[in-house]
Amino acid sequence: MSNLTETDLHAYADGQLDDVRRVRVEAHLAHDPAATESVRVWREQNEALRALYNPVLNEPVPQRLLAARPSRGRWPYYALAAGAMGVSFALGWMSQSYRTDRFVEAAALPRRAAVAYAVYAPEVRHPVEVGADQQDHLVKWLSKRLGNELKVPLLTQQGFDLVGGRLLPGGKGPVAQFMYQDAKGQRITLYVSLREAEPRDTAFRFSQEDKVAVFYWIDGKLGYALSGEMDRASLLAVATVVYRQLNP
Amino acid sequence: MESAEIVAHIPRLRRYARALAGDSHRADDLVQDTLERALAKFYLWRRGSDLRAWLFTIMHSVFINQLKARRELALDAAVEDGLQSAPQSDPLELRDLDAALRKLPVEQREVLLLVGLEQLSYAEVSKALSIPVGTVMSRLSRGRERLRAVMSGTAAVTSLKVVK
Repeated sequence: MSNLTETDLHAYADGQLDDVRRVRVEAHLAHDPAATESVRVWREQNEALRALYNPVLNEPVPQRLLAARPSRGRWPYYALAAGAMGVSFALGWMSQSYRTDRFVEAAALPRRAAVAYAVYAPEVRHPVEVGADQQDHLVKWLSKRLGNELKVPLLTQQGFDLVGGRLLPGGKGPVAQFMYQDAKGQRITLYVSLREAEPRDTAFRFSQEDKVAVFYWIDGKLGYALSGEMDRASLLAVATVVYRQLNP
Repeated sequence: MESAEIVAHIPRLRRYARALAGDSHRADDLVQDTLERALAKFYLWRRGSDLRAWLFTIMHSVFINQLKARRELALDAAVEDGLQSAPQSDPLELRDLDAALRKLPVEQREVLLLVGLEQLSYAEVSKALSIPVGTVMSRLSRGRERLRAVMSGTAAVTSLKVVK
């Protein structure tokens, strides 16, 4: 309709419009078959691109990429792989030397959880390895890999349905990531990692990692982090429910 | 810790590079050059800003330099003439999509992939490629129309002139 541009149509097809403009575009599309067809084609193109290239995400990363070194520079060279391992290495070293493992771990957990969120939450085709339709299998599998009985919180009352979960490498072994999604496609993840240090508990904490908000806590052998790209108050409401369900 | 953050982005860099460069070996060369450059320049990255967008920026310049070195940028314009003679009979066959992408000028392919595949916002694409949002939109529009035309075997594309 008036002042509706082609940019609006593209943004609509790409899901980049706010609610107000989205509704306006939908109203327009109702009586513009040509525009509707364009939007359909563009969406089909997006989906086809993801269908074709998403499998690359699940390929093992070639060693030569993990071993990449700075192309130039005066600093001593260090490999990416060393960096990846360095996190857990540094954690161990610091805890030995300074006994600040509580501090370091508290800093590393939300960071790792936020990075894992940032990598998988935008995935359209492969957000999870095992879908919610196989929830029993999912929970058994991840519980087995983490060597602890995991529970999957039910968040339907908060508007979030379980999408599924996946297994990730963590600093100290496997990590489980459960993903939820609401009706608007907003996603949150629950990141569950195994600790090697002596079992203990910590309070509920908050960390803002770039755009990703994270609430996290440690419960005995397991560290939990709930991540989402949303404001603190909204995430807190969900995190409180998760925390209560896991710590009845 | 910083390089661990970069490591987390490798799978997505590989996906984008595969779509951009086509051949998987060349795509991994592109990723490797990008990682090497990123590690060397990591001190330039502002903590708190979007690391992924920054990595895409680096990959963009590495890719353009590689193409220039291979003199393939100039070839892109010639691609247009070939369109008419190569109609695709089976629209949206996935294996054809990869071939169709090669027929898009690099600047349109990049925008199309960053939006459609990587799902970056238009503002993020603008930042990653250092071009105004208006240019992002016009490249996206032309790229999508061109991809549609190539996939459906329509020759109408030849009327679109690509400005370098």
